[in-house]
Amino acid sequence: MNSLTKNYDAIIIGGGHNGLTAAAYLAKAGRRVLVLEQRHLVGGAAVTEEIYPGFKYTVYSYVVSLLPPRIIQELQLPKHGLHVMPLEGAFTPMEDGNYIASYSDEDDTLAEIRRHSKRDADIFPVFNIMMYDLARAVKPILTMIPPDPANPGLEGLRTLRDLGGHLKSLGKEKFHWLTKIMTMSAYDFLREWFETDVLIATQAQIGVIGTFLGPKSPGTAYVLLHYYMGELDGASSTWGSQRGGTGGVSEAIAGAARSFGAEILCNAPVKQVIIKNGQAIGIALENGDEIVGKTIVSGCDPKVTFRTLVDEKELPSDLVDAIDKFKYRGSSGKVNLALDGLPTFPAMKDKALIRGMQEICPSVDYLERAYDDAKYGGFSKRPFMGCIIPSTVDPTMAPPGKHVMSIFVQYASYDMPAHGDRDQQREAFGNAVIDSLVEFAPNIKNLILHKQVITPWDIEQTVGITEGNISHGELMLDQLFFMRPIPGWAKYRTPVRNYYQCGSGTHPGGGITGTPGRMAAAEILKDGN
Amino acid sequence: MRLTPFHARTSELCDVYNWSLWCNWLLADMYAPDHIQEYFAIRTACAVFDVSPIPKYHIHGPDAVRFLNRIVTQDVLHCAVGQVLYTPWCDDDGKIMDDGILARLDGQSFRLTAGDPWLYWLEDNSVGLDVVIEDVTELGVLALQGPNSRHLLKTLTDTDLDQLRYFHILKTELAGIPVEVSRTGYTGDLGYEIWVEPPQAVQLWDVLLEAGEAYQLIPFGDYALEMARIEAGLLLADVDFYSSKKVVYEFEKSSPLELGLGWSVKLDKEHFIGQKALQQEHARVPSWGTMGLEVDLNSLEAIYAGFGMPLYLPHEAWNEAVPVYSGGHQIGKATSGMWSPILKKYIAIARLKPQFTRPGTHVDMEVTIDAQHKLAQTTVVKMPFFDPARKKSLGQE
Amino acid sequence: MSAQNEHPNKYDVIVVGGGHNGLVAAGYLAKAGRSVLVLEKRDLVGGAAVTEEFYPGFKFSSLADGAGHLLSEVVTDLNLSQHGFQILPTDPLILSLLPDGNHLAIWHDVNRTIQEITKFSSVDAHAYPKFIEWMYKISRIVAEMNRMTPPDLPEVGLRDLKGLFSFISPVRGLGWKHITQVVRILPMSIADLLNEWFQSDIVKGAIAASAVNNISSGPQESNGTAYNFLYNWSGSNTGLFRSSGQVKGGMGALTQALAKSAISLGADILTNTEVIRINIQDGKATGVTLANGEQILAKTVISAADMRTTFLKLVDPYYLEPKFVRNVNYLKYHGTMARVHFALGRLPIFWGLNGGSEQLIKGHVQIAPTVTYIQQAYDPVKYGAYSKQPYLDIQIPTLTDSSIAPEGKHIMSVTVKYLPYKLSQGNWDELRDTIAKFVINILSDYAPDFGQCVQNYNVITPLDLEKVYNLPEGNPVHGEMTLNQFMWMRPIPGYAQYRAPIDGLYLCSAATHPGGGVTGINGRNASRQILEDLK
Repeated sequence: MNSLTKNYDAIIIGGGHNGLTAAAYLAKAGRRVLVLEQRHLVGGAAVTEEIYPGFKYTVYSYVVSLLPPRIIQELQLPKHGLHVMPLEGAFTPMEDGNYIASYSDEDDTLAEIRRHSKRDADIFPVFNIMMYDLARAVKPILTMIPPDPANPGLEGLRTLRDLGGHLKSLGKEKFHWLTKIMTMSAYDFLREWFETDVLIATQAQIGVIGTFLGPKSPGTAYVLLHYYMGELDGASSTWGSQRGGTGGVSEAIAGAARSFGAEILCNAPVKQVIIKNGQAIGIALENGDEIVGKTIVSGCDPKVTFRTLVDEKELPSDLVDAIDKFKYRGSSGKVNLALDGLPTFPAMKDKALIRGMQEICPSVDYLERAYDDAKYGGFSKRPFMGCIIPSTVDPTMAPPGKHVMSIFVQYASYDMPAHGDRDQQREAFGNAVIDSLVEFAPNIKNLILHKQVITPWDIEQTVGITEGNISHGELMLDQLFFMRPIPGWAKYRTPVRNYYQCGSGTHPGGGITGTPGRMAAAEILKDGN
Repeated sequence: MRLTPFHARTSELCDVYNWSLWCNWLLADMYAPDHIQEYFAIRTACAVFDVSPIPKYHIHGPDAVRFLNRIVTQDVLHCAVGQVLYTPWCDDDGKIMDDGILARLDGQSFRLTAGDPWLYWLEDNSVGLDVVIEDVTELGVLALQGPNSRHLLKTLTDTDLDQLRYFHILKTELAGIPVEVSRTGYTGDLGYEIWVEPPQAVQLWDVLLEAGEAYQLIPFGDYALEMARIEAGLLLADVDFYSSKKVVYEFEKSSPLELGLGWSVKLDKEHFIGQKALQQEHARVPSWGTMGLEVDLNSLEAIYAGFGMPLYLPHEAWNEAVPVYSGGHQIGKATSGMWSPILKKYIAIARLKPQFTRPGTHVDMEVTIDAQHKLAQTTVVKMPFFDPARKKSLGQE
Repeated sequence: MSAQNEHPNKYDVIVVGGGHNGLVAAGYLAKAGRSVLVLEKRDLVGGAAVTEEFYPGFKFSSLADGAGHLLSEVVTDLNLSQHGFQILPTDPLILSLLPDGNHLAIWHDVNRTIQEITKFSSVDAHAYPKFIEWMYKISRIVAEMNRMTPPDLPEVGLRDLKGLFSFISPVRGLGWKHITQVVRILPMSIADLLNEWFQSDIVKGAIAASAVNNISSGPQESNGTAYNFLYNWSGSNTGLFRSSGQVKGGMGALTQALAKSAISLGADILTNTEVIRINIQDGKATGVTLANGEQILAKTVISAADMRTTFLKLVDPYYLEPKFVRNVNYLKYHGTMARVHFALGRLPIFWGLNGGSEQLIKGHVQIAPTVTYIQQAYDPVKYGAYSKQPYLDIQIPTLTDSSIAPEGKHIMSVTVKYLPYKLSQGNWDELRDTIAKFVINILSDYAPDFGQCVQNYNVITPLDLEKVYNLPEGNPVHGEMTLNQFMWMRPIPGYAQYRAPIDGLYLCSAATHPGGGVTGINGRNASRQILEDLK
């Protein structure tokens, strides 16, 4: 720690996966880079920790998808430990004891759907093609540098022209579908295709992940499309789990950054960005140390980037105003279990599905009620849950014969109900999760050796993300593209010269994609920094 | 994976365990170690194929005629009871979605078969029409094909099958089992398809196979069928064309006019889905034509000779598209082909630019040996390659 | 209507449906010299804008109330004042009643409203005039958008660009860089929008209620309610987010004036005349067939009916492209409102209002104390149930217009939200009294003697909206006013230019751009498009 070079080309605040990605790209381009992480380990919301001896928890996140092959290749991530195994399909138990499953093989999935509806089985491949097609139509938009329509500049005008040309080239039918999917609810959108409630539920749950919205709230159809986007980058049509836990992805990116010469310093919380004459010149650590850097990059969420790290007087008032209006609404919690054996789902006829994802979303109403339960504060009494048991395929996660279960839970709001304290609420939340799970896997209660419960508030406390939203702000239409995080400042820059942003709060948004980090690095290099 | 109603019998006979899937139904590729024997049975005696997986829809009700006339490109209005039509159907843009056969069972009742299941498409397009659409795919179907097929069937029924014309259907009993018999098939030979309710399927199989012993009847699988259908010039979905609803890119789609199916598109009938687009396409000449190719064996032999090899001929049908050239420029693609054992010709089905579709035109087809691309000379010919008179003729006049 | 039994069997234009938009279109086309016939299935014209005498002497505005959104050009172009149309002003616009007896009034006069808001939050009182100024300007953009024929995106023509520039001009005053704020606001929910401006739940509730009129979902989760808020504002005659005033003689007087105007311009109107088919030959509209079998010819047919009725009933769907039929089939209607009308022996006394209460309750009286209250009124609808604590929008028109009830008596009309069209249990015909009773119960909380004032009541359920007023799924605006059904997507993507996919067939109902409300804009825009095409 004492061997710190005193003078850096770039200092990255926050060692989350986007900060690390930006660091890796800047270091690769020959810059002297320092990453500062407040915690004892890098990864931000993508970390793995051994909270209970012998069992590895992917504490805050759960599955890996969406990481583009381009980044994997450019940063040579497999060399640094990236090892993602696809999940064996998904299983959704229903309240009547029936179930629906999906597999990586389309024929198997269709056979499953056919058990519920012939019509839906027939239309499913057509639906998939349409979604793929729409994702293809949106994809170029996501990688354009968002222009500011109010003040586009020559480059921005060119981008707008390209965008117009692109939209025109889609043809009317596809354009209309696109405008529909941007504005509809996942339920309404899916109902135009399918009649089977549980099938709609399994698709609609994708559309509510990371938002504080229900499947019947407009805007959720777009989030569904966001997922399909991951498929475009080659074969990764299914979600996977990283060997040794999701933290391994962060470790791999950190390893890549180090291999290009970046320095990474943990236990080094940053207090603020030092600004002189409207220009960032370094950072001050909580311990009082100051480090000089030509470029400062924040991998934190927008509120931290603009309101915590920078003094208000350095920023135009409309930006401050807009950042204060930025919506976070963390909606998901996590429950991690150490299990004495494998849980049994009586509805699960194909036992191989225990190696896949178990999705507790038995009906559209179940999802919608989970949302209604939590939207006035508190958490769902019967929440939507996405479970994986990575130890079924990865022996490094738990001792032989034992298992870890990683449960993504929605909805848990950041706001507490008017009465009650945080600890009580966390306890009640954890109990609601287990009780709801027991409805579908009765033996699980007796298997629990240890339980870790995490609410959005806990994520904020530990990881530092405002309101505990792991996407750094809701993925809603008014917070996307040239409006992410806010109109006018969507190009990774800030009003402070040499101060940049690269977190999931920037375009194109959340998920373990590395794309904001990569694009921010490209912009920084373009500015000659 | 689903099993057809004949599976109890076909699985016993399939000695080589060579199966594949069609719409997730298990289907025998071949029964004996050599599929050529199965092929020759189709052309010289008779053979039976379990065609049950084919998606089938029973469509009935007062508006059934109007409904079907709207969906398919053929003229359903003038389809007589007992008549069967081959027909493609298209999307709004006139691109082919699928094809199948449509049998008029009585005034208001039809059965449509398809390559892929289309229940949603049929339902969505029946809005406002008084028609019932039922998926009856579980119905058992056997294709009895070959010169001996009529003789064999006649031993099982009193109905005068001699008078059952090509592409017609009738109700009868075979050894007491109620069935429908249509004079249809996918081999281009004399042949029948027998439609039976699943509970009687095995019984039907047994009586047919027993009676068939005298007529050299054997079961045949997909490999032999593939060969027969290429000789007959019959296109196969997902090989010679793709359904417009199952592909993403424009270039993967095709219209029935481009596929040489113009004869089955009644452009002037009242209205059907895709009509406007097809009328426009018809007026401006389609971008492609579909024709047969005959490979010049001398030219092919010379290519092999260059590698020090004797002439090699594909005795199994191939269905990976290869480019077709003229004067060094690519002018199309051949989508499936094989050595025809009965014609003693190397034949292929090809999609060509319109100026190259005249029979007798010489074009070059790519042949790959040791990862090296060579061009074999071919001649454009009309399809079908093989078209025996017995396919359509009536029995003992 | 003037029952004309003798009519020619050939017209230039036939309008199917005598709702206000159909009548407006008829008026404009007749004025342009075309021979026009309007055909209405009911025994009176007006559609959702009618006055009906459910009890002798009591004249109720059955569905629509308040004509504050009618485009002023329509009034002048069609000379409506001459035909008896008159708006009686009302103030305040809104009186929001609170369970604790308190209340918040929104007045025409911004300063007076600021004083009111100060009772609840001085910060909000400070924010209110800025909010009004800012949003008013944005609402002007929406007003300009409403008047244009939507572009057929993604194809943008030169004319569309001109149109775009014209509607950007009102916000120039805001400063060019605020344009993006407009784009940002459109897809938001009204709750989010108001959270950015105000702190007091009561202030937010009073304003948010205006955003869910004509929309079926709640203020909190429905992105697009901010747009609907601006839409309602764009046509408002007060310059504020809620219009005011009522039509003298009830809403029917407006449509009667429209009918008289159309007749004076040469149009024929037939009531009790149901159209069962819009005739089509060789892909062109040729006229209509009536229920009695009679055929009337016209080269141009305008449907003022909703899309499902037009394309799945009146037109033989046989002729339509599958993707078009599919879109019609999946239009979102989702009606969620009912109306309860009371004939009152005397005026009830609202206990929270000290002296001058009659003045305070002349406008819209809202039972929608907070955003959460409105949202919770909606939540059960998702599961096919309804809340016993609905959002009520109340009018007592007799306070302003004594001509519509016997002397000394009063009328109270209540819009009740939200009630699902599709009930998971029970059916609407059996629930009429239940609905009336719980409305009476709620009102008794605010006016304890209300029960004794009620002489009679009439309930119009979501099902009645469909069966009596021909509004499928009980949606008075012929399809939800959500972003996926707006501008170039209204009524059907690719068909927002008032032309149906059949030559000679046009659309002018609330299902078309810009949407619902008694604006007359749809009819006016459609007639403009028709006259242009006929050139």
